[in-house]
Amino acid sequence: MATAAHSVSVFGMIAGLIGVMALVAVNALFLIWMERKVSAHMQLRPGPMEVGWHGAIQTIADALKLLGKELITPRDVDKPVYLAAPIVIFLPVLVSFLVIPFSQNLIIRDMHVGVLLILSFAALTVLAILMAGWASNNKYAVFGAIRSVAQNVAYEIPLLITLMSVILMVGSFRLTDIVAAQNRIWFVFVQPVAFILYIICATAETNRAPFDLPEAESELVAGFHTEYSGMRFALFFLAEYTNMFIVAALATIFFLGGWRGPFLPGLVWFLIKVYAIIFLIMWFRWTFPRVRFDQLITLSWKILIPLALANLIVTAFVLKLV
Amino acid sequence: MTSYVREILTGFYSLLAGMGVTIRYFVKPIVTVQYPREKLQMSPAYRGHTEFVLDPETKTHRCIACELCARTCPSQLIHLEGVKVGKKKLPSKYVIEYHLCSLCGLCVEVCPTQALQFSKEYRLAGYSRQDAVIDVFARMQAQQRRLGWPVTPIPEPQPEAEGEAEAKPKAAKAKAAAKKAEQPPEAEAAPAAPETPAAPAEEEKET
Amino acid sequence: MLERGLEEKFYVLNLGPQHPSTHGVLRVELQMEGEFIVKADPDIGYGHRGHEHMAENRSYLQFLPNLGRVDYLHALAYNQCYCMAVEKLLELKVPERAEFIRVITCELNRIASHLLWIGAYLLDLGAFTPFLYCFDDRENILDLLDRVTGSRLTYCYYRFGGVPRDVDDDFLAGCKAFARRLRSRYRDYENLVNKNVIFLERTKGIGIISQEQCVKYGLTGPMVRGSGIPYDLRKCEPYSAYPLFDFDIPVGSTGDIYDRYMVRYREMEQSLRIIEQAVDKIPAGPIMAEKVPKRIKPAPGEVYTAVEAARGEFGIYLVSQGDTTPYRLKLRVPSFGNLSILPEIAVDTLVADLVAILGSIDVVVPEIDR
Repeated sequence: MATAAHSVSVFGMIAGLIGVMALVAVNALFLIWMERKVSAHMQLRPGPMEVGWHGAIQTIADALKLLGKELITPRDVDKPVYLAAPIVIFLPVLVSFLVIPFSQNLIIRDMHVGVLLILSFAALTVLAILMAGWASNNKYAVFGAIRSVAQNVAYEIPLLITLMSVILMVGSFRLTDIVAAQNRIWFVFVQPVAFILYIICATAETNRAPFDLPEAESELVAGFHTEYSGMRFALFFLAEYTNMFIVAALATIFFLGGWRGPFLPGLVWFLIKVYAIIFLIMWFRWTFPRVRFDQLITLSWKILIPLALANLIVTAFVLKLV
Repeated sequence: MTSYVREILTGFYSLLAGMGVTIRYFVKPIVTVQYPREKLQMSPAYRGHTEFVLDPETKTHRCIACELCARTCPSQLIHLEGVKVGKKKLPSKYVIEYHLCSLCGLCVEVCPTQALQFSKEYRLAGYSRQDAVIDVFARMQAQQRRLGWPVTPIPEPQPEAEGEAEAKPKAAKAKAAAKKAEQPPEAEAAPAAPETPAAPAEEEKET
Repeated sequence: MLERGLEEKFYVLNLGPQHPSTHGVLRVELQMEGEFIVKADPDIGYGHRGHEHMAENRSYLQFLPNLGRVDYLHALAYNQCYCMAVEKLLELKVPERAEFIRVITCELNRIASHLLWIGAYLLDLGAFTPFLYCFDDRENILDLLDRVTGSRLTYCYYRFGGVPRDVDDDFLAGCKAFARRLRSRYRDYENLVNKNVIFLERTKGIGIISQEQCVKYGLTGPMVRGSGIPYDLRKCEPYSAYPLFDFDIPVGSTGDIYDRYMVRYREMEQSLRIIEQAVDKIPAGPIMAEKVPKRIKPAPGEVYTAVEAARGEFGIYLVSQGDTTPYRLKLRVPSFGNLSILPEIAVDTLVADLVAILGSIDVVVPEIDR
């Protein structure tokens, strides 16, 4: 657990893994509660109020309920793939936590290709969704899976390009370097267009409304996880919220100066920023209708990618000139 | 090109306007009621199940067991039995199967003595159909007990009273006969058809 | 599908009977090529209860509560139509105050129905929050109607010859207050929904119905007005007290989903206008006709009455043979005709569009099955 990443010990790795697991669980519990509360108050209702203070441990009760539920395996599923999908969706999520700097020193492994690692593992999520959708042997699930693949491929491109314009300015893939480069000014003020584009792409990458087409409930019932029940469904749910945390963490590192901030310790600032971004994404979900599939792809190819490219070129020019 | 940019900008602005609405509501006070902790006042016209009106003068119900409500009810769910007490007819049993009720309120409107009213009872969840069967007579007795009024007993048929009635002028009898003659078409029309749907429910009630 | 889907060109997708956006138990059998619909075939009848047959088996009065269950969202219009039919048979004259009360409550109910539709429709499109805002407004209407009718959803309020319960000044004041409240919310609805670019993209140019198609399929209500035909029974064949009020009939131009949405949205304002005028002008007097027979036994004859319900023209054809029960009662329900256009306009659209189109028809499935 040191910034001198090369001397990381086995003990450190294990401690980190345990920490990550705990973080994933606590984060998901908190986010689900937060989502309920945010949506409820936007809709003029209080949300969960009964279990714990303002329903704080309602999600724990729900998790226990899900644990106790029967794991239904429909008759005609492709069994190995069906069973593997919830685990596959969860693994890349865990790996991404390896390189995220929560504060100056709190980082498990400070790799110099940190950004690439996160993005390449994030792409694996698509595989899991495709596996789940295909193996379920359900038409709605296949729809969800196909949509998800097209969507994630289309949105990874503008996501990478927007991040690239920040990376051009810093000249490093290392996440700690990117945070260090923002000691004078946050990149959100230098690259506002990139920030907006990133937030849009991140919403789409995590399959959140208004881009929640793979699970569009009014069209596809529940999309790719239609046939999953109990803890398997919970894993998909957990992965979705952890993914949200990761994209929000990336946004914090790239645009909001990471752990930097006055008075409070680095970790607290980091979490405040991350949850602020997550609030923004939730705010989208509870405001907008869902876009249609072709419009989603059009948005990516006709608007986001040209804008991202233009932003990248302008960045490159400015950097060259200055 | 300009239209392309304008489209993006207006679209983006419209999204921001929408977000402005939701965030404004986000900080507004909530409008819902936390039900078991807070309860709403039922409106004066709220139609719960029916109950007897307690006449403040006689301290009892006004029902004359004419069975008009039972015959008007579209679902045939009022089970009413009356006995002759002296010259009056009084209800000895008034049970409604509330789970069959469609809340039309016809029974209350049709009553010639305004003996029925709607209760404001709305907590009617139960574990079986039997829980929805309401004994209106017993409910009235409970109410009387709560008010400290004399409790109306279930009337027994009084045959000796009928002997007394013998001396009564025949006009009353003739009137009753005339009434009876008038009724057949409706009496026939109403119970004949819905007999079938009502029958299983009645069986269930007895089990 | 895993085994056979690869060589077959089309496949069948069952949308319903249990599906989040079929609003009840409607099944649409879709023949699909990829995500495109080749053929859509609505399958109805899951909620058949035999209302028409029930009418033949009970007295005129006993059939009243059934009307609230045919279309539970605009129950009062259905109440009114049936009462009008029987009143026509009995040649009863409804007192003016009762007509005014009927108009006020019926229009309130129409607004409630449209509000619920707007909310549910946006839920179909994936927006959750407007649904709750619409319900918040609708709640006010339900509270108002609760005060006079005694129920909140399946109303059974009108009687042959009038209404059984008079309205008080609180109710009339409440109507006015509600009009103010709903008007103050327009800006929020517009910002949140009507101007939203995603909403516009989802609704403009989708599910276009031409005027010829409207006539061909016998569409009524907002469906036909969305295509630009100003057909509204309240104006075309005025009934009750409607001729006394000044109101407009909003019409669309292209006949797409957006137009139908806007027609319903603007109809709420027109209903508010009617309510306000009625509240201002409501006369004093009796609420029941004087000579309502105790036993309803109309003379032999047949009668057809129609009212403008929230979904379109609702008609009742009633045949009496001089008995205490109707000889035959036929319900002409708007949703049935409106749904019949679905196979034609659903072709070559995506599943997401089908959900949007189906929602825009505003079907109430129990009404179709009746």
